[in-house]
Amino acid sequence: MIEAVGLTKRYGAKTAVDQLSFQVKPGHVTGFLGPNGSGKSTTMRMILGLDRPTSGHVTINGSPFRELPNAQRHVGALLDAKAVHGGRRARTHLLSIAQLSGIPEKRVDEVLAVVGLQDAARQRTKGFSLGMGQRLGIATALLGDPQVLLFDEPVNGLDPEGILWVRNLMRRLAAEGRTVFVSSHLMSEMALTADHLIVIGRGRLLADMGTQEFIAHNSAGFARVRAADTDPDGRDALGTALTRAGGRVLQEPDGALRVTGLELPRISDLAHAAGVRLWELSPHRASLEEAYMRMTQSAVEYTSTDDPRAELWEQDPLALPAWEDEQAAPEVPRAAFFAPPPPGAGGSPFLMPSHPGELASTAKDSPEDTR
Amino acid sequence: MAFSAVLTSEWTKIRTVASTSWTLATALLVTVAMGAGLCAVVNATFDTMPESQQIAFDPTQMSFSGMLFGQVAVLIFGAMVVGSEYSTGMIRSSLAAVPARGALLLGKLTVATALALVVGLATGFLSFFLGQALLGEHSTTLGEENVLRAVIGVGLYMALLAVFAMGVSMMLRNTAAAISILISFVLILPIVLSLVDATRKIAFYLPNQAGSAIMQTVSSPAVTSDAPYGPWGGLGIMVLWVAAAVLGGYLVLSRRDA
Repeated sequence: MIEAVGLTKRYGAKTAVDQLSFQVKPGHVTGFLGPNGSGKSTTMRMILGLDRPTSGHVTINGSPFRELPNAQRHVGALLDAKAVHGGRRARTHLLSIAQLSGIPEKRVDEVLAVVGLQDAARQRTKGFSLGMGQRLGIATALLGDPQVLLFDEPVNGLDPEGILWVRNLMRRLAAEGRTVFVSSHLMSEMALTADHLIVIGRGRLLADMGTQEFIAHNSAGFARVRAADTDPDGRDALGTALTRAGGRVLQEPDGALRVTGLELPRISDLAHAAGVRLWELSPHRASLEEAYMRMTQSAVEYTSTDDPRAELWEQDPLALPAWEDEQAAPEVPRAAFFAPPPPGAGGSPFLMPSHPGELASTAKDSPEDTR
Repeated sequence: MAFSAVLTSEWTKIRTVASTSWTLATALLVTVAMGAGLCAVVNATFDTMPESQQIAFDPTQMSFSGMLFGQVAVLIFGAMVVGSEYSTGMIRSSLAAVPARGALLLGKLTVATALALVVGLATGFLSFFLGQALLGEHSTTLGEENVLRAVIGVGLYMALLAVFAMGVSMMLRNTAAAISILISFVLILPIVLSLVDATRKIAFYLPNQAGSAIMQTVSSPAVTSDAPYGPWGGLGIMVLWVAAAVLGGYLVLSRRDA
């Protein structure tokens, strides 16, 4: 179990980690999420006693890492896949670390086999790819068969097969009752791997909850419903009916309504009862990635001026409909919930002609040809 | 954690990188070869040398004259042993496995110093025997007064120089910076200081100037009248420098974030 209390690290005027308190419990994979530069690595380094906290403290199984007797048997860590002497062979690198705690040489060959590096054991590590470096780092962490494991961005540089392997390894280690703490900036990866999430941004705690809970909290769905355009009063009648039934209704720029708090069949029934014809009734669910980006948007350290995410959090002119008199804070207010439209019309992922004549006909319609 | 475990680990580390063998081999070969060459030249031209030089001639020290260049390789060895831990990030891998900084530092110093001492002693004896063989009638033997002390002194000098380099490198955490500073300190600063009379005396107290007194056997007034210390006194001054560098290195390691 890892416990941080009021953990703070300042570098001069810059605060890398700010009053961070959390617990990492055994038997779970705990994901540590945050954008680049949010303080994940600094926190990991403080857990391992490499950096001294400016204030606050962090303990592993009740005592600070630096005071753990025989630390390698309790805690294993992968911090930086490149933190090896490139001139040394993989096996001797592991051996030198193992010997620090009197771990037998046999264990070195065992962990090399576990991470699948047995064939590269005699190679100098400077020739290693990033993925091989990550595997070597994971092997180092596993050497002492520790109960507490920390991995900083372990899937960086791994191929899909490697990512799947890391995911299964983390889950297996946690299932054995170990404490597994994995940092990542990839929400999608953590959603698959972690049972519990600790999200930080600019060094501050943004969320500390189970992955399922996080999904439920942060990716609430909504329904898009559109009355027939041919019936001008239909929209207002529909909105009134839905609001009365307890739904929250917001108007979208294209005239559709965004409804939360009502199930789709119920919306259909209400529309039918109100005598409104519907042209659209569709379920929408924001992806976890979007929820994460929305949560960390204000906490992103480095932002491109040409940031494609800008559209995700630009407030759309969502009009409060006439029948909504109270100025309530909308639960799901943002255009951020739209998944980006697929390239190409009609939802097909690529612009492909559906029949051979299509390209020819569009060419005929193009203005150049009419000239 | 047992200290023997750290020693085993550091021994594995030091013997599995190429820089260890090439720096130490260079130190030995350059010192022996240069010393032998100069001894041969001196033997051929001894009669043309001024009388004052003939009186003050120290055949033992003559055979160690290659040390002037050999010591650079020793400094590079010391700087690389420590500096590569930082430049590669290996120090973080080690500290993440074992948080005992003092023990890690002491283990590394012990292993590297022992290795430098062994190579230094080999250098001393090889240089001595080859040099004396080439000096012909001007040569001396191990049985003469102070000679054995001077030959063993080569080993002590090289070991202390290696520790000094490790201490400086531990403070700077950077191989290239440590090597530049060490070389200017050991090779260039003595020359600059001895250009002016007022600063010449200061040069005597530089670590390598003081330490090399151990490798002389003739304390003729013509050569050593200026130096205010004997061979062991000089080595003592060098030990103080080395202790200061190691203490500085320890403070940096224990205080600063790794």
